[in-house]
Amino acid sequence: MADLSTNFVGIKSPNPFWLASAPPTDKEYNVRRAFEAGWGGVVWKTLGLDPHIVNVNGPRYGVVYGADRRVLGINNIELITDRPLETNLEEIKRVKADYPDRAVIVSLMVPCEEWAWKEILPKVEDTGCDGIELNFGCPHGMSERGMGAAVGQVPEYIQMVTEWCKANTHLPVLVKLTPNITDIRYPARAAHAGGADGVSLINTISSITSVNLDTMSPEPSIDGKGSHGGYCGPAVKPIALNMVAEIARDPETAGLPISGIGGVTTWRDAAEFLSLGAGSVQVCTAAMVYGFGIIKELTAGLSDWMDEKGYTSIDQVTGRAVPNVTDWQYLNLNYVTKARIDQDACIKCGRCYAACEDTSHQAIAMKPGRVFEVIDEECVACNLCVDVCPVEDCITMERLAPGEVDARTGKVVEADYANWTTHPNNPSAKAAE
Amino acid sequence: MSNSPQTPGIAPARLDAEEVARNFSDLHPAYDDHEAMVAADRCYFCYDAPCITACPTSIDIPLFIRQIQAGHPEGAAKTIFDQNILGGMCARVCPTETLCEEACVREAAEGKPVEIGRLQRYATDALMARGQHPYERGEATGKRVAVVGAGPAGLACAHRLAMKGHDVVIFDARPKPGGLNEFGIATYKTVGGFAQAEVDWLLKIGGITVETGKALGSDLSLDALMDEYDAVFLGIGLQGVNALRAEGEDKGGVADAVDFIAELRQTSDLSSLPVGRNVVVIGGGMTAVDAAVQSKLLGAENVTIAYRRGRDRMSASRFEQDLAASKGVRLIFNAQPKTVHGNGSAAEIEFEYTRDGANGLEPTGETFRIAADQVFKAIGQTLDGAPNGLTLDGNKIAVTGAGRTTRDKVWAGGDCASGGDDLTVTAVAEGRDAAEDIHTALMG
Ligand SMILES: Cc1cc2nc3c(=O)[nH]c(=O)nc-3n(C[C@H](O)[C@H](O)[C@H](O)COP(=O)(O)OP(=O)(O)OC[C@H]3O[C@@H](n4cnc5c(N)ncnc54)[C@H](O)[C@@H]3O)c2cc1C
Ligand SMILES: Cc1cc2nc3c(=O)[nH]c(=O)nc-3n(C[C@H](O)[C@H](O)[C@H](O)COP(=O)(O)O)c2cc1C
Ligand code: SF4
Repeated sequence: MADLSTNFVGIKSPNPFWLASAPPTDKEYNVRRAFEAGWGGVVWKTLGLDPHIVNVNGPRYGVVYGADRRVLGINNIELITDRPLETNLEEIKRVKADYPDRAVIVSLMVPCEEWAWKEILPKVEDTGCDGIELNFGCPHGMSERGMGAAVGQVPEYIQMVTEWCKANTHLPVLVKLTPNITDIRYPARAAHAGGADGVSLINTISSITSVNLDTMSPEPSIDGKGSHGGYCGPAVKPIALNMVAEIARDPETAGLPISGIGGVTTWRDAAEFLSLGAGSVQVCTAAMVYGFGIIKELTAGLSDWMDEKGYTSIDQVTGRAVPNVTDWQYLNLNYVTKARIDQDACIKCGRCYAACEDTSHQAIAMKPGRVFEVIDEECVACNLCVDVCPVEDCITMERLAPGEVDARTGKVVEADYANWTTHPNNPSAKAAE
Repeated sequence: MSNSPQTPGIAPARLDAEEVARNFSDLHPAYDDHEAMVAADRCYFCYDAPCITACPTSIDIPLFIRQIQAGHPEGAAKTIFDQNILGGMCARVCPTETLCEEACVREAAEGKPVEIGRLQRYATDALMARGQHPYERGEATGKRVAVVGAGPAGLACAHRLAMKGHDVVIFDARPKPGGLNEFGIATYKTVGGFAQAEVDWLLKIGGITVETGKALGSDLSLDALMDEYDAVFLGIGLQGVNALRAEGEDKGGVADAVDFIAELRQTSDLSSLPVGRNVVVIGGGMTAVDAAVQSKLLGAENVTIAYRRGRDRMSASRFEQDLAASKGVRLIFNAQPKTVHGNGSAAEIEFEYTRDGANGLEPTGETFRIAADQVFKAIGQTLDGAPNGLTLDGNKIAVTGAGRTTRDKVWAGGDCASGGDDLTVTAVAEGRDAAEDIHTALMG
């Protein structure tokens, strides 16, 4: 059986699944339940200096549903912990003492001044926790006070605060990045330059989930008004995966440990984060929607998949897909495929036809008896028909072998790899010698 | 409770009133909002969807389901009513398993179609619950049209004519409008007085007068109507019943299934309605199934449907057959009635087995008897009292195009006219299309 145990920046946990800093890790009671359920670690709900902040007293969450009220995304306007610092510290200490084998990381957000960090760090160390995570991510509320995303959006601040932390504690320092920037590599480089042991990402994405059309208030509505919140859950996973991959393949940050966060719901999501360079994953929304019990599916699923593939440890999975993430310009233009429709599997809904005819390349013919066939002369291989087909594997993209003629271009498919950098249509192509 | 299912002969109150009420409740209860959302979400919004083609009224089904998905059931209802003003009734009574739902690609894919009928009911109920009528009468044209028969064909025709601005008078022989919606359809398909509520709602468009108790043939003549009106539409259904041609057919306890059902539909206290201990229904259509199932629901101990051909030839759908079987009705195939035995009243019925021979169905010579104190004949209705001067096609009024009869100014549709299945939805489609044709003829 695969060994799921993880050593991430020196922090050990029995599995790579940590609960992200959020309501699930808000207090001792929850964290004990999480550990009993089998979670490998927690990042404690972000601590701040006293006097502790207050939350709104109306609804904090907005939601986006898929079919059957399945939660696709949640946004929140919650701030960091709204309990006294001392209460949290005492609880962390007790929990860590009782669960020495689990990872307990403490998330922190204090004003952007060195005295504040100097004040809080020793207290945190005293709990016996395994590391700290700097919350430079919250896109709402705290950022209006010059903390959270307000720091995370300025690489110089990230570096500066990371340096202060490294100078004032021996604990491993993770920097939690905000996705509310244009290029995630800059804050990651800054964290790296500041000496961070690793980065965690993503925090939530600035968002408005919906507007109540009767009251004209954004949701969640507080007395008729709404504020943008932070979006998370399955809907944000593609954005998070890309950001993780960007950092993993950036030469300046390559090898920097990454704790992957954003929409992890099943073992498969976790495996994808790992493959793109994460060494641990963090989960918030899935636990908030389904409870702590999902950890059993996460660990069993990951373990079974690793056994099937012959991976024996987490570090064998970490980064496996990174070499395959490249720039568009390097994609092989001699890789030619055509859509193929399996007539036996086809249920004749015609969605592929509508999609291709109305919005793609008019490459599907509708024949008598609702028979749908691909017109190779027109098919550009965009894949849209595959995406909209309700039957899995009914439409597939089949590669043309070298030597075959692409009926659309009339050209013989070449065996050699060739990309845009050498393409004749590219004005800056390097002349092929 | 004085009687039980075992009480001999034909007797009322075999079950207590509560149980009878439970038995006759909604066959397919209405969806709540969440159920409707989940069901609607299964629709693939097919291109040129096969379900639309399978619907005799060509409702844009994917569109109305998408409107439900988008949280707008009233808009969905409008999409339905645009094509089928009796969309509420059709949602309840259409044999969807042989119409739209049979064509649904998810039926092909996984044997579980999108539940189009129930979604249609969800949408139409939502709009009808508002009590308003979504259409306005067209600007008055001054033309007057007589519609004979207030069944689905006549009502659909009248409504479409009113939309066009014509004045319509509907005549019906019965004391209430609705046709078989009111007097025929199984109780558990249209509970809560829906048939009359739907007629009232439909008439809110205005411009339609209903005259009940007026029969063509006795109270009215076609020639007089033709003189007085610019056009006449006949939607008189099938009022005759085929004879059994079995010995002893005239014995007590032998009755027409449609009469039993009409009485059942009109009775205010179902538990007071007498039903046999041993009921035998002869026939293979919806009427046979409805008579059998409702007999069972009233408390008959043994109910049997005997059909003279094989199961595959039965016109009641497999769903209807299974419904009957699930209520405890026994189905016997390849058996035709020979003699009703009994002293004055039926006590037993004798059948002979049949097989498909060179010259069609032939008796095998083997007979059997089953106890029968009540025998219902459900072997098909026929046209009865068609006005003189109209050419018939077989035993229906011959029509071409959108319901044109051989007489000028006279249209016909629904069960009484040739072509199409004898279904509520087909009657609606034919009535609607005839109205369009009448409009073109009158305004052309
Ligand atoms: C028992 C039974 C169950 C059925 N179940 C279903 C079902 O579940 N689903 C389905 O789709 N279909 C069902 N059908 C068939 C469906 O009811 C008919 O196809 C449909 O009602 C035909 O409509 P129509 O308007 O042509 O005729 P009808 O509904 O028969 O209406 C004809 C109207 O004309 C009136 N009329 C007749 N003669 C005269 C006259 N001379 N003068 C004045 N008025 C006259 C009658 O009183 C009646 O109101 C069932 C039929 C029966 C008998
Ligand atoms: C209600 C709520 C409160 C959160 N509070 C914090 C917080 O205090 N500190 C922090 O670093 N992240 C916070 N987050 C962000 C999560 O830790 C996590 O980064 C984000 O939800 C993405 O992961 P997910 O898709 O698994 O939910 C919060 C998220 C939610 C939903
Ligand atoms: S791959 Fe794109 S272009 Fe080709 S048939 Fe499918 S939708 Fe059309």
